[in-house]
Amino acid sequence: MNYRMMGKFIGRILYVEAIFMLPALLISVYHGEERTIAGFLTSIVIALLTAFILTFICRNAKKGFYAREGLVCVGISWIVMSLLGCLPFYFSREIPHFIDALFETVSGFTTTGASILDSVEALSMGNLYWRSFTHWLGGMGVLVFVLAIGRGRDKSDGYTMHLLRAESPGPKVEKLVPRMKDSAKILYFIYIFLTVLNIVFLLIGRMPLFDAVCTAFGTAGTGGFGIKNDSIAGYSPYLQNVCTVFMLLFGVNFSCYFMLFIRQVRNVVKDEELRFYLGVVVSSILLIAWNISGMYASFGESLRHAAFQVSSIITTTGFATTDFDLWPSFSKAILLGLMIVGACAGSTGGGFKCGRTLLLIKSLRRNVRQILHPQKVQVVRVNGQMVREGVLDNMNAYLAAYAFIVVFSFIVISIDGFSTMTNFSAVLACFNNIGPGLESVGPTCNFSGYSVLSKLLLIVDMLAGRLEIFPILILFSKSTWIRR
Amino acid sequence: MKIIIAGDGKVGSTLTRQLVTEGHDITLIDARAEVLEVSEERYDVMAVQGNCASMDTLSRAGVEEADALLVMTGADEVNLLCCAIAHAMNPKIHTIARIRNPEYKDQIYQMRNLFGLSMVINPERQAAIEMERLIKYPGFLKRDTFAKGKVEIVELRIKEDSKLRDVSLYGLGSVVKCKILVCAVLRNGKAIIPDGNFVLQAGDRIFVTASTRELTIFLKNMGIITHKAKRVILCGGGRLSYYLAQLLVRDGIMVEIIEQDYERCLSLANQLPEVTVVHGDASSEFLLDREGIAECDALVTLTGVDEMNIITSLFGNSRKVPQIITKLGRLSNNSILDTLSVGSTISPKELCCNDIVRYIRAIRNQTGAAQAVNAIADGQAEAIEFIVDEHTKHCEEPLKKVKLKKNIRIAGINKLNSFEIANGDSFYSKGDRVIIVTGRDEVIYQLNDIFES
Repeated sequence: MNYRMMGKFIGRILYVEAIFMLPALLISVYHGEERTIAGFLTSIVIALLTAFILTFICRNAKKGFYAREGLVCVGISWIVMSLLGCLPFYFSREIPHFIDALFETVSGFTTTGASILDSVEALSMGNLYWRSFTHWLGGMGVLVFVLAIGRGRDKSDGYTMHLLRAESPGPKVEKLVPRMKDSAKILYFIYIFLTVLNIVFLLIGRMPLFDAVCTAFGTAGTGGFGIKNDSIAGYSPYLQNVCTVFMLLFGVNFSCYFMLFIRQVRNVVKDEELRFYLGVVVSSILLIAWNISGMYASFGESLRHAAFQVSSIITTTGFATTDFDLWPSFSKAILLGLMIVGACAGSTGGGFKCGRTLLLIKSLRRNVRQILHPQKVQVVRVNGQMVREGVLDNMNAYLAAYAFIVVFSFIVISIDGFSTMTNFSAVLACFNNIGPGLESVGPTCNFSGYSVLSKLLLIVDMLAGRLEIFPILILFSKSTWIRR
Repeated sequence: MKIIIAGDGKVGSTLTRQLVTEGHDITLIDARAEVLEVSEERYDVMAVQGNCASMDTLSRAGVEEADALLVMTGADEVNLLCCAIAHAMNPKIHTIARIRNPEYKDQIYQMRNLFGLSMVINPERQAAIEMERLIKYPGFLKRDTFAKGKVEIVELRIKEDSKLRDVSLYGLGSVVKCKILVCAVLRNGKAIIPDGNFVLQAGDRIFVTASTRELTIFLKNMGIITHKAKRVILCGGGRLSYYLAQLLVRDGIMVEIIEQDYERCLSLANQLPEVTVVHGDASSEFLLDREGIAECDALVTLTGVDEMNIITSLFGNSRKVPQIITKLGRLSNNSILDTLSVGSTISPKELCCNDIVRYIRAIRNQTGAAQAVNAIADGQAEAIEFIVDEHTKHCEEPLKKVKLKKNIRIAGINKLNSFEIANGDSFYSKGDRVIIVTGRDEVIYQLNDIFES
C-alpha cells in the first residue's frame, strides 16, 4: 500500500482544515470569547504541525495509487479530520468529554446533525460557526475540495477517480467533464452558488446574518445543526419555506444542475431518479398533511409542517419546525421509511439513495418476472441505458452490508436500556446521516444519554453512512493491512 | 484541447497516456465497458460506452465541442464511418483514422476527401518503413531522423568490450574522434539526460545525435561495420510482413517469409512473387536451421504474439544472426526486455502514436509548434525539433549563457545547410532548426518553454 501518497493527501487535507478554522477564530475574536480563541489557536497549531510533519515525512511519495489506496485514504482522512476538528470544542471546554466532542464533530462532518448538547445556545459564537461549517465542508467532501484546488491539473492520474468515487454519495459516480480537477471545481461552484443563493433568500426574510450563514451551511450540507434549541421552529413561516425548498434542492443530484447549465434540459426532465425523488416527496407530504391535519389550526399550517419535515428527513438534513415525535404513528412510519430512502445520488444528502432504491425496485420486478418466465432474458434499464450486472451485484452487496450494520448497531446500543423505537431510530438517524430520531432521540431530545460504547459505535455508523460503508468497512478488513 | 479517442485498444490507450500528460481533455469511446473502466482508473479521462459510429454515442462524447477525433478501432470501415459522421456533426473537427487494410492503400487520397479525414495512420506500413531503414543501415538499435533527414538520433548499446565503456562525456571527443553528442542515456530502465561528468557504463543504452556524415565516421571509428544486408528472414506473414517484404524486395534484398497459416501463405506467394514463402511454424528451431538462419543477414520477428517474437529473436541471437529486429505490441516498454538480446525492438503502436501526437501538437499551436517529436529511451524521453522564429528568446546568444530548465538539453542546431552539435559557444538565429532532448516530466509545447523562467 502506498502509505506515503496517502500521508501526503491527509497532510493537505489538514492544511485545508486549519485554514478553514480561521473564520471561526476571527468570529471568536470579534465576540471576545477567550476560551474559544484559545481552543481554536491550539487546534490550528496542532493541525498545522501534524500536516507539516505528514507532508515532510511523505514528501518522496511514489506514484501508484489504486482502488484500495483510494478507499483506505478516504476512510482514514475522514477519521483524522474529525479527530482534529473536535479539538476546538474540547480545548474550549464547552464540550468537556472528548468522545462527546468527537461525536459532535463526526456528526457535523458526516452532515448527520445528531447532537449530544442539551442546550445549543450555550455554545460560544465561534464554536457555533465551526459546528455549522463542518456540515458545509463535509457535505461535498474535503477530498473533492483538495482535488479542486490542488496543483498539477495536467499531471493528475486516474487515481483521483477513486477518491471521488469513495467520497461522493451514490452507486455510480461519474465525472461531469474529462478532467477530475475540472469536475471537482464545477461541483464546488454549484455548491457555493446554491449556498450563497440560500443565504440571500434567508436575509430577505430578515434573518440575522450569522443565523443565515449557519442555517445555510446546515441546509447546504444537508446536515441539520441549528443554532437555536428549537432548530428552525422559532423562525417565520417564510424562512421555514425557504429552508424546505433549499433542502430539497440540495438533495438533487448535482449533475442535474450541470446539465441545466449546459442546456440539456431534456435529460434533467427525463431523469428517472429525479422523478422518483420528487414523486416520493410529494406523495409523502400529502399523506402526512392529511394525517396530521387535526393537530394544527389550518390545513395550510399542517401542509407547511409536513413539507418541512418530509424534506428535512428525505434529504437527511434533520432540521425540525415541530416535534414530529408527537405525530400519529402513520406519519412517523412514513418518516422512518424516508430516513432509509434518503436523497438522490450525487447530492450532499445521505441514506440508501433514491437511485439505489429505484434500482432495487427495478431488479426486484425483474426477478419476479423471471419466476413466471424462467427463460426470459431481461436487463434493467435506467434513463434508457442498460445497467450492468456488476452494478446490480454491487447494490445487492451494499444492501446486505447496510442491513447487517443496522441490525448489529441496533443490538449493541440496546444494552443502554432505551426503548426499542429509540434505539432503532437512533441507528437509522445516525447511519443515514439524518440527526434526530424518534422518542428519546427525537427532535427535542439528544444523544447525550447513550454510553461511551454506543456513542463510539454511532460515530462509526455516521462515518460509514456518509462514505457509503465500504471505505470504513475496508479499514476493519484484515486483508487491507497485509503486506503484499 | 478537447480530444475524443474512439477505440480503447493498444493504440488508443497509448495515445490516451501521452495526450493526458500533455494536458488535453480526453473522452474515450469503446463498446466494451470493462476496458473503459480500466482506462478511467488509470488516466484522468471520461469514458462513453457505445458504438463510435453512431451519432448518439458521438454526441454523448461531446463531438460538437471537440477539437479532434482519433479513431483507432480494429475495423477500418468503422473508423471511416465514424470520421465521416463526426465530420458531418462538426465540420471544424480534425479527424485521424487508422486504416490498415493493404487493399485500401492506394485509395487513401480519395478516401481522405470522401470521409473528411485530416490524417490517415497506417501503423504497420510505418513500422515496415522503419524496419527497412534499420536493415539498410544496421549497427544501431534504433534510428530517427530530424531536419528533413540531415540529423539523426541513433540508439546504441554499450557492450562489455566497447571503447566507450567507462568514458566520461567530456572525454568522449578524444575517443571517437568526431563530433557527436550523447543526449540521453537509458540505465537500469531509467532515462537520464547526462552532463559532461557522466561516465558511461557497460549495459547503458545511449542516444547519440550527429549529422549523417559524422555518424558514418563515428561508426567506422567505433568498429561497428555497416555491411549491406543481402538475405532477410521474416517470421510471421501478417500485414506488416507484407509491407516490409515489398520494401525490401524493392531494395534488392532476398526475402524469406515463414508463415504458419497455409491460406495466408498462398495469398502472400500470389502477391509477392519474388519472395520465398515457407509454410511452417516460425518458432521451430529445426525449421529455422533448415532455412539457413545462421547464414542470413537479418532476422525480423513479426508474429502477432510478442512472447513468440522474443523467443525466436533470442534463438536467432544464439545462431549469431548479425541483425535482429523484434516487433512488439503489448509488451513494448517492458523493462525486462533490456536484459535480453532481442536486438532492435519496434512497436507499431508507439510509432503511430508519435505521429498523431505530433499532429495534435501542430494543430494546438500553429506557430512555434514542434516540427517533429520522437519518443526515445523507451518513451521516457523525447527529442523535439523546433524552428526558431521571431518570438524565440535568446537568439544569437551563446548557449553557455542561457539557462535551461532541468532535464532539458539542446542537442543540435541546424543552420541553413549545416548541422552543428550544440556546445557552449554555439548559438541559434532566426530560421534555424533546433533539436532539444527532454525527460518525460517536462511538457514542451514551444521552444520558449525550455528556458528557466
